[in-house]
Amino acid sequence: MLVGAVLIWVAVIGLSVFATKIRPGAYGEKAGLRLIIWGGCVFPVVVLTALLVWGLQMMPVLRAEANGPTIAVSAERFWWRVAYDVEGESGVARSLPEGGVPSANEIWLPVGQRSEFLIGSPDVIHSLWIPSIAGKMDAIPGRVNRLVVEPTKPGVYNGVCAEFCGDAHAQMALRVVVVSPEEYDAYVARQSEPASVGAEDEGFRRFMENGCDACHTVRGTAANGRVGPDLTHLASRRTIAAGTLPMSPENLATFVGFTHRVKPGVQMPGYGMLAEDEIAAIAGWLETLQ
Amino acid sequence: MAIRNKTRDNLWTLITTPTIWAVHFVLSYGSVAYGCAPNENIFQGIGGYRIFVGGLTVVALGAIGFLFFRALGEWRRNGGRIPHEEDSVEVRERFLEFSTVLLAGLSFIAVLYTALPAAMMVDCR
Repeated sequence: MLVGAVLIWVAVIGLSVFATKIRPGAYGEKAGLRLIIWGGCVFPVVVLTALLVWGLQMMPVLRAEANGPTIAVSAERFWWRVAYDVEGESGVARSLPEGGVPSANEIWLPVGQRSEFLIGSPDVIHSLWIPSIAGKMDAIPGRVNRLVVEPTKPGVYNGVCAEFCGDAHAQMALRVVVVSPEEYDAYVARQSEPASVGAEDEGFRRFMENGCDACHTVRGTAANGRVGPDLTHLASRRTIAAGTLPMSPENLATFVGFTHRVKPGVQMPGYGMLAEDEIAAIAGWLETLQ
Repeated sequence: MAIRNKTRDNLWTLITTPTIWAVHFVLSYGSVAYGCAPNENIFQGIGGYRIFVGGLTVVALGAIGFLFFRALGEWRRNGGRIPHEEDSVEVRERFLEFSTVLLAGLSFIAVLYTALPAAMMVDCR
């Protein structure tokens, strides 16, 4: 395609150089007509027909039947709510299916299988884009879009929100981890387990005291908020704040204390008013949520 | 001034071929969209609709072809020559015929391009 485009570009520029520099002057009516008919009509029709046929041939492949897991991805300002192994309804759906194994900001995929994303949004239009794996697909409120992806190489890939959605749009990223089907199954099984939390844990106590549970779920505890990301296995993810910072106790403490410095515009309030050791306790406990 | 034994062209005859193209476009896409709605099974075949679009395409191409040769014939027989710059009924008539030829050519290709997806796609994908 690039070679073809370069050849056409060279031909057009060459013709204009020829007509203005090498052989300037008037041309006969016949020569002009011939150029219009062959260069302006026949040539574009042939090229466009070839491109159209080629493009049409590829279209059904883009919507090949999925033979892997179905994963719901809800793009929310400014993070990704993920649910593995959901049951998608056929046809046009208005809202994402409930249920599945919840996670956030990191999507695991089995290599060599065609997995299907069901993509939606509760607030504004976003777009899920994992450049190395597939093209963009918009997340539109009130509508479920489908995207079938078939990663062919294991690895960790970056994804972003590709549709401007507000203050922290640039910090709305995600990681996509492509692994073998066995590793994928084991991962989803692990994610479906509740967290192992000791109720006497200092960090957990602070977490509950400060109302974090109003927005976050930690399965296996009383925390069952649905506003923000599910934190049950937070520390098993590679990043925090939707791909903004690497996972570490220091970064967790920074995000809890100075949320809006890390990610302006997010719904979560900063907890900078807490004592440093209190924030450290919460961050230390979050770090144990493997 | 009467124009000898020929169609008298006007703006309506000029836009007939693009109108055929537009109607063909709407019926082709509309019929297949109707057949696939509400898109519950994207692998559902569209065989019947492809035949319909095929038939429609033959009729549209036939009509456009007829109008193309009609206008081209009249233009040639009556000494049509570009450019059409004189201010007379005859020259205006030649100009309309020539424009009809060009628009018919464009519409012919456009109808083919509209029909190509139906020729190549076999299901609601």
